[in-house]
Amino acid sequence: MLYFRAVIDLLARLSAEFAPLAVTAHTVTCAAGRGRAALARALAERKSGLRENDLVEYPLPCWIGRVGGIEDSPLPSAWAAWESRNHRLAWMALNTDGFHDRATAAIERYGASRVALILGTSTSSIGETEYAYRTLDADGRFMVAQRERRVHETHALGAFVQQALGVHGPCLTIATACSSSAKVFASAQRLLHAGFADAAIVGGVDTLCGSVLYGFNALELVSPEPCRPFDADRHGLSLGEAAGFALLENGQVDKSAPRLVGCGESADAYHMSAPHPQGLGAERALREALTRAGLRAQDVDYINLHGTASRQNDEVEAALIARMFPATTFASSTKGWTGHTLGAAGITEACVALLAIERGFAPGTLNARALDPACGPQIRIDNAQRDVRVALSNSFGFGGNNCCLAFAAGDA
Amino acid sequence: MNPALAIGIEGIGVWSPEFPDWPSARAALGDGAKVAVDPVARPPAAILPAGERRRAPESVLIAVEAAQQACAMARRDPGDLAHVFVSAYGDIAINDYLCATLARAPNEVSPTKFHNSVHNAPAGYWTIAGGCMRASTAVSAGAASFGSGLLEAAVRAHVESEPVLLVASDVATCGRLREIIPSRRAFAVALVLAPQSSRALARLHMHVGEVASAPPLLHASASGNPAAACLPLLAALARRESCRLQVAAGPAYSLDMEISF
Repeated sequence: MLYFRAVIDLLARLSAEFAPLAVTAHTVTCAAGRGRAALARALAERKSGLRENDLVEYPLPCWIGRVGGIEDSPLPSAWAAWESRNHRLAWMALNTDGFHDRATAAIERYGASRVALILGTSTSSIGETEYAYRTLDADGRFMVAQRERRVHETHALGAFVQQALGVHGPCLTIATACSSSAKVFASAQRLLHAGFADAAIVGGVDTLCGSVLYGFNALELVSPEPCRPFDADRHGLSLGEAAGFALLENGQVDKSAPRLVGCGESADAYHMSAPHPQGLGAERALREALTRAGLRAQDVDYINLHGTASRQNDEVEAALIARMFPATTFASSTKGWTGHTLGAAGITEACVALLAIERGFAPGTLNARALDPACGPQIRIDNAQRDVRVALSNSFGFGGNNCCLAFAAGDA
Repeated sequence: MNPALAIGIEGIGVWSPEFPDWPSARAALGDGAKVAVDPVARPPAAILPAGERRRAPESVLIAVEAAQQACAMARRDPGDLAHVFVSAYGDIAINDYLCATLARAPNEVSPTKFHNSVHNAPAGYWTIAGGCMRASTAVSAGAASFGSGLLEAAVRAHVESEPVLLVASDVATCGRLREIIPSRRAFAVALVLAPQSSRALARLHMHVGEVASAPPLLHASASGNPAAACLPLLAALARRESCRLQVAAGPAYSLDMEISF
């Protein structure tokens, strides 16, 4: 407790600029489980959600993190115009862990126009647009049902959830590839700090589709076997899908809730699809998150790494962690459980970091057998029971777009 | 509580085939004079290295061109500015290509077109061209894209007490998406926003407008290009007339703005 008090005092001194936010509700649905308890169980039991690709429309030989049951879960008929795999997954996640009720209560408490909605996605509902192209009518046009769908643009996700929840505050979809749903936390924090909202619903949703499967395959980044983050003999990533949401409120509202204490955002200014070879952009995001949180590297108990299992990402990120953090910091990639969920990776892994804080549990790195020599002692294969007071989550995307989030335990 | 913030505009960039820069747009918007400009097919986007300029798709070129103009006018180094790129539809031609190729021969998807398909491609090219390692974001908000991007950028400038580059752009619809996406012509606008700026051309005082109970906005302007929602603001800037404007920043959320000089 003394240690924790010291951290809080440090926060109070150094982060006057960054007003911490309470994370008063969160949920995630991914291949490894629907909801927080299911995901926590899969992590503890080291049960991967990856399976051999069984999507008949996209017969690429690889492993995927598909969420079971989306195909049999149509949207309520009132939302039929929004039908897509992405919106079905969004709806599933909203209706998990009681999140819909928590969001509705916040909207009633603060007023609909005082709640912001900021969501991240990489490809939104493009899977539905792909389907429209496969099923053109005799004139080469979209079928009528597809013409009437409200799904063929990036903001479809934000617009659907806005309608589904009845939230009337600022509403934005962030699309910075694989950092999208990490950056939602930073945007929400600024809106609340500036007084444009009293609460924010943040999150991210991305679903498996042809564009990402064949696109990453064309870039030779897809592994033929389940992905093995940080393994010396890794062969690329496994794509996955996920949806997650979090409710952010003023830190004074619930002092026992875990809090968002810092965010760091940066660009590599290097290459559209390869990371900066020295990880300078990623380092900048990490240092900014720590500075805003008023934390030093040795204060960090757990880091959920981006760890895609691509050759380049893992090499660069491992070297960055090795040079920035002491051996006592526990770092891992959880993509062996979930696959790389792209625009939903930020929220998914933020939820893993929050679970680590809430449950005193640090997941290791599933599927890694022998670590890459670039890894320092921070990167762990095995799970551990561990008091986690401060947890970071890294998310890096195409275009050299980086975001790091810092969370801390609430008052016990 | 009605939150408010004040922000200065230090630089303006515009690109459309008919009005390829702010001076030509200002002339047309200011006094309605017909400006004899031959439509320009391709923006110069001179900040991009030659190779990138040849390869970059139109969605990148128009956004980068407007951004570069705004930074030059503001006398700000592109490498120093956090930025917000907003587009409703991203690169429509690449999405048309990807979906058509996936329907025909999925293994033939081009890796370059795939990585250029990300919504943050213009922002990514911009950071590479200008050596900018600052916070870089790419957002989308349907018909309310311009107002939502303006709010995101102005709030960042206000909270961080630093200048922020806002770029709003959309290309013209094409291919099978022609009857789905209504954007009829390419248009890009860029603003350098700065709090407490001594060299601002104009100041915006923004606060939350009356909550409209209107149904969700679909497509804002006559051109169908959501970036063109900036035109009333640009017209006020062209005429240097203090006035009040309203811009949608969500289906039921709008910003009231007082513009002063």
